[in-house]
Amino acid sequence: MNLQTQTRPMVLSVLVMEDRIDAASAIQFKERMRELTQTADHRVVLDMARVNFLDSSGLGAIVAVKKLLGPDRVLELSSLTPTVEKVFRLTRMDTIFTIHPTHEAAVSHAASV
Amino acid sequence: MPPASDPVAGGPTLHLVLAADPVSVRCALARMTSAPLLTQLTPDHLATVELVLAEVLNNVTEHAYADSAGDVSVTLRPTRGGLACQVVDRGRAMPGGLLPEGHLPVMDLPEGGFGWHLVHKLTQDLHYHRAAGENRLGFLIPG
Repeated sequence: MNLQTQTRPMVLSVLVMEDRIDAASAIQFKERMRELTQTADHRVVLDMARVNFLDSSGLGAIVAVKKLLGPDRVLELSSLTPTVEKVFRLTRMDTIFTIHPTHEAAVSHAASV
Repeated sequence: MPPASDPVAGGPTLHLVLAADPVSVRCALARMTSAPLLTQLTPDHLATVELVLAEVLNNVTEHAYADSAGDVSVTLRPTRGGLACQVVDRGRAMPGGLLPEGHLPVMDLPEGGFGWHLVHKLTQDLHYHRAAGENRLGFLIPG
């Protein structure tokens, strides 16, 4: 599971470098995210521009990451592809997560809060 | 349109047997979505087909064959109304012998329980039958 990070003031950006988060990679994704966010003390923005496929296991892993960040850190999402956006919409998880149209929008929004 | 690709009952089918494990499911999805029979579908329909088949096959892997290894077979047939699908495995029966209803979980932040909800939302004529040690799940993915 290839994830790239960039630390900016108040924001940890995580770019998913894989084209899918599915049942075969969901646990790996969750574990990598746990490691990467261990030292983060602010917002985490997960950029999903490259993710063309997300199944319910992948969705469950993203929810799990949100939970493991606890109440003091926020997980936000950016750049959902149409098929991934559909999964969030059909499961109503789009009402649980803040979803930004682009990563730039997510970073500037996070920085302004 | 030549008769060979006439999208009616008895028309061409795609049949695949795979081992029920997450990596085999991923490979099978890649094979199915790149098969000539499915690449005729619209990109949106094909994306839905991949998602529904992923959910159904993951369910077989995680529940029907939870304690054992086994194979699952998939038969796909384009029809006028969409893609007709049948998925057969020899694992454990569905709980109570019934299809899960697929209600969204009621807790605040559920990590699971989305799969059947997606399948119900994205399919028609969903039916389940257990006979002779086999689970047979049939459905149509409209497109």
